[in-house]
Amino acid sequence: MAVLLLGEVTDGTLSVDATAKTVNAVKALGDITVLCAGAHAAEAAAEAAKIAGVAKVLCAEDASLGHRLAEPTAALVVGLASGYSHIVAPATTDAKNVLPRVAALLDVMVISDVSGVDDAETFERPIYAGNAVQTVKSSDPIKVVSIRTSAFDAAPMGGSAPVETISAAADPGLSNWVEDKVAASDRPELTSAKIVVSGGRGVGSEADFALIEKLADKLGAAVGASRAAVDSGFAPNDWQVGQTGKVVAPDLYVAVGISGAIQHLAGMKDSKVIVAINKDEEAPIFQVADYGLVADLFQAVPELTDKL
Amino acid sequence: MKVLVPVKRVIDYNVKVRVKADGSGVDLANVKMSMNPFDEIAVEQAIRLKEAGQAEEIVVVSVGVKQSQETLRTALAMGADRAILIEAASDVHQDIEPLAVAKLLAAVVKEEAPGLVLAGKQAIDNDMNATGQMLAALLGWSQGTFASELAVEGDTAVVTREVDGGLQTIKVKMPAVVTVDLRLNEPRYASLPNIMKAKKKPLEEKTPADYGVDVTPRLTVVKTVEPAGRKAGVKVGSVEELIAKLKDEAGVI
Ligand SMILES: Cc1cc2nc3c(=O)[nH]c(=O)nc-3n(C[C@H](O)[C@H](O)[C@H](O)COP(=O)(O)OP(=O)(O)OC[C@H]3O[C@@H](n4cnc5c(N)ncnc54)[C@H](O)[C@@H]3O)c2cc1C
Ligand SMILES: Nc1ncnc2c1ncn2[C@@H]1O[C@H](COP(=O)(O)O)[C@@H](O)[C@H]1O
Repeated sequence: MAVLLLGEVTDGTLSVDATAKTVNAVKALGDITVLCAGAHAAEAAAEAAKIAGVAKVLCAEDASLGHRLAEPTAALVVGLASGYSHIVAPATTDAKNVLPRVAALLDVMVISDVSGVDDAETFERPIYAGNAVQTVKSSDPIKVVSIRTSAFDAAPMGGSAPVETISAAADPGLSNWVEDKVAASDRPELTSAKIVVSGGRGVGSEADFALIEKLADKLGAAVGASRAAVDSGFAPNDWQVGQTGKVVAPDLYVAVGISGAIQHLAGMKDSKVIVAINKDEEAPIFQVADYGLVADLFQAVPELTDKL
Repeated sequence: MKVLVPVKRVIDYNVKVRVKADGSGVDLANVKMSMNPFDEIAVEQAIRLKEAGQAEEIVVVSVGVKQSQETLRTALAMGADRAILIEAASDVHQDIEPLAVAKLLAAVVKEEAPGLVLAGKQAIDNDMNATGQMLAALLGWSQGTFASELAVEGDTAVVTREVDGGLQTIKVKMPAVVTVDLRLNEPRYASLPNIMKAKKKPLEEKTPADYGVDVTPRLTVVKTVEPAGRKAGVKVGSVEELIAKLKDEAGVI
């Protein structure tokens, strides 16, 4: 058995954390080959080669792969598929875009957001916004699986796998990249941060979200948000935590002015320690919080930032 | 241009999901069911394209139990023109997998020849996030997933996508499959007169056999369990107490 792991490469850089967690999740399934694809992928491939447990790295550089467009990326993966029993990737938006396309081209099901690998055919995954965990057994010849990285620790570095250069598949020419709007930030990345501070509708405005950001910066934390905060324009979409946003499991999650709807809990309830600051003592978030502070956030958050 | 919108009947997003004690699944008997929230957004977008003169007809399709008719009627009441029910299951607990749904939709696309398929990004029951991408693959079409903006310009669609890093805009060649995210629009409510009118709109009933598609699942559900629960902790009386707990008890700061 052999595993092809689609590495998470963005603009030439490997997301080492997401890729290393995926390596760890699937290491029992067979030798792992990491595929790094992009307009530039050589540096990413060199990084991937250092993840312990990686047997080999394939590096595909081509302009058509530059922005992880689904069609050329899926074509590349499908071309390599016959040598593998499993095709896996961290469950990022990129992989969720590409893997189902790969699976359908191979006439197999995709198994999304896997939080547990029982054996080569059997996987656990949350359903219904994490209100249930389903164990499924696949009868497909190739298993196409995305891994919920928050459920796994990262494989350590220290490997030195060989890197082989391969060519891209023919570009189907169905789509073109126009632009990326990515906010540069010095803060840690949301899904790998040790501490996350999130704000909800209770924060009230984009200007007041600065309170959340100041607290986060004091703690060296990433910033998250509820859907209501994003919908209201207080925070950008890539900060959304939840069933349809990002899934995080930091050591400390601080929820400020967030009621605790199940769709939000789906993205953070596996955090080690949860703190809730909310003025409504009945807010459902308190049912999952280790430490609850019933208070007006406009008073409590600046005070907390000050005293830390 | 014709627009095809697949709509799924799912447990209402407000319902507290109950996992059956014997591990056989989630209890769906006698719970409120609704249209998947993402599919409401897709239907709304199709209606807006029609209102803008960019689409002529909206066909909605649902795969599942007979009761999915209600979901289709809701879409018709919102403003879709015609519905197709593909009755592929007799038990409400039987979920048709994205691969099988995509194959059925691909067969419908061959018959209906739409210029655009607008699907939801994910069904909130199985949380798969797969069907649209699979359909695009089977048809050899382009895909624009997780759309928060969509503009149709001649034979291309400009799609702004919500991705992990922020927003990505791409141009996809039509015909295309676009899957919609939460911030694309706010779906309208159906008015009472439109609900009445929807009862008279055409709803065709089909089976997977009509399309020659095998819907046998590829994944066998071994068991379904409740996730490890979390207990409510303590309420602290002040910011000082919170800091002390985080430092001394939890050791996380
Ligand atoms: C299909 C679907 C998918 C969804 N996906 C997600 C998702 O991924 N992530 C997500 O978060 N949501 C998601 N939602 C939305 C979810 O159902 C809730 O609507 C949302 O999480 C509510 O956000 P909130 O807690 O910020 O707002 P509210 O529920 O309005 O809560 C605001 C809270 O702030 C408190 N508050 C107000 N003022 C103050 C103050 N001065 N001091 C202290 N506390 C204050 C209030 O007491 C209240 O508890 C989804 C919904 C649907 C239908
Ligand atoms: N049984 C179904 N009937 C109609 N549409 C479906 C069905 N299953 C999935 N879809 C469509 O595919 C989208 C994504 O679903 P999924 O891939 O299951 O998360 C949904 O939002 C629907 O638009």
